Amino acid sequence: MRYMMIIHHDHEAMAKAPQKELWAEWAAFNEALNKAGAGFSGGLRLTPGKEGTVVRNRAGKSDVLDGPYADTREQLAGYFFIDVDGIEQAVEWANRCPSSKYGAIEIRPIVEQNAP
Amino acid sequence: MTSAAHRAAERVARDSYGRLVAFLAARTRDVSGAEDALAEAFASALKSWPEDGIPTNPDAWLLTVARRRQTDAARRRQTRTAGEVHIQLMTEELEEASAQPEAIPDRRLALMFACAHPDIERGMRAPLILQTILGLSAIDIAAAFLIPPTTMGQRLVRAKARIREAGIPFAVPEREDLAARLDAVLEAIYAAYAKGWTEIGDTAAERLADEAIWLGRLVVSLLPDEAEAKGMLALMLYAEARRQARRDANGAYVPLNAQDVDLWDEAQILAAEALLHEANRAAGSTGRYQIEAAIQSAHVARRVSGRPNWDSVVALYDVLLNLTHSPVALLNRAAALAETDGPEAALASLDAIADDRRMENYQPYWAARGHLAARAGRKTEAHEALTLAIGLATDDAVRHYLIAQRATLRDD
Repeated sequence: MRYMMIIHHDHEAMAKAPQKELWAEWAAFNEALNKAGAGFSGGLRLTPGKEGTVVRNRAGKSDVLDGPYADTREQLAGYFFIDVDGIEQAVEWANRCPSSKYGAIEIRPIVEQNAP
Repeated sequence: MTSAAHRAAERVARDSYGRLVAFLAARTRDVSGAEDALAEAFASALKSWPEDGIPTNPDAWLLTVARRRQTDAARRRQTRTAGEVHIQLMTEELEEASAQPEAIPDRRLALMFACAHPDIERGMRAPLILQTILGLSAIDIAAAFLIPPTTMGQRLVRAKARIREAGIPFAVPEREDLAARLDAVLEAIYAAYAKGWTEIGDTAAERLADEAIWLGRLVVSLLPDEAEAKGMLALMLYAEARRQARRDANGAYVPLNAQDVDLWDEAQILAAEALLHEANRAAGSTGRYQIEAAIQSAHVARRVSGRPNWDSVVALYDVLLNLTHSPVALLNRAAALAETDGPEAALASLDAIADDRRMENYQPYWAARGHLAARAGRKTEAHEALTLAIGLATDDAVRHYLIAQRATLRDD
């Protein structure tokens, strides 16, 4: 089962963490992800939510706003993919992710596209 | 109300609960039905016993309350005609049993064998035993097994339905089949203990370790002639005895060879040694739990002699490896081999499992490789292996320990 692991983190809490250690942990985590197998892929990191732009199109009228999509403390910050047997292993990978200490990891099973 | 009184009441309630669920379900094969009948009685027992004291006959108390609560449930369910016969049967059983609760036979072992039947998904055997014998809620079990509660709840329901549909027998297997089937029961209990052991600092997990030990004692008391059951209980007690020594005052991880012997629980070690001794004296072949317990015994020899008996540890791992062919046994053997034959020999012994896919994501494998390579002076290799181990660690204390280990590579 493939899962998209969505990282929501609290930017302030992350900023307070010892940065050198945090990014060393992230480097090790990415190393482990990359070695784990074909269905795994290391994550991409996003800039803080307040630097985002939100576009809505309603009845042909485009509405463009600055700032985060949702006004919450924990913002979408990145993601990675895993390919494991089930939810137990997915939870284990979420616990390995250094960002789980500063926010939350949302585990979303990927809908398998069956070949026609 | 003291927490001790609370714990005592809870223990007695669980004991009675498991006995009554096992008794009722043994006849109907309907674990859910038996649980439904007792659930509320159990809940009120947990509420009132710590305050009012434990009743003289806990089984009778629980049955009386269950019977009272059952009338409503029965009426509700009677709309579904299929349930009628079953309700009738259960009502009769409850009445009969509450008339003479001292005569209720102990069917908990049979229930455990049903829960650990090959037809039940392997990963669900331990949770199912914990729920049916101990009356733990799906939420408690989910917390300890790190699974979302609804998912755990659904799986428990499915597993119970499976018992009924597949007609899984509620019986202690015959002598010739006992050894093989007992393995599954012991494996489920030990899996629960292992969960409680690794998820350190987590109250749900620590409680799980307690419950697993309690189940181990129950199996030993119900099957006093089974050496492996004693071996497993001894193994759990050896591990439990070292619980306090596994973290220092700051919560940092302390490896076994650096643990303060004074922090080991002597009473638990002595109990483990006595059990292991009894198990070894029993007739029949020696199984993995007895060997693993013997390895623990050789490790705790440091308590008396000041150093572990590494030669015995290696020899015992050889026996275990022959028996189980488990890569984990080989990995642990390598750690001991490093003490007798040096790190290069230990690293060479790991080549046998280097291509094992299960090792790819197994943090202890990379941590061991890293430590051995560091001791052998192979710094690049050590750095790579420790980095992977850090990335695979789920426990913060272990992660920090590994980071510190990796940092020492740069110092010299």
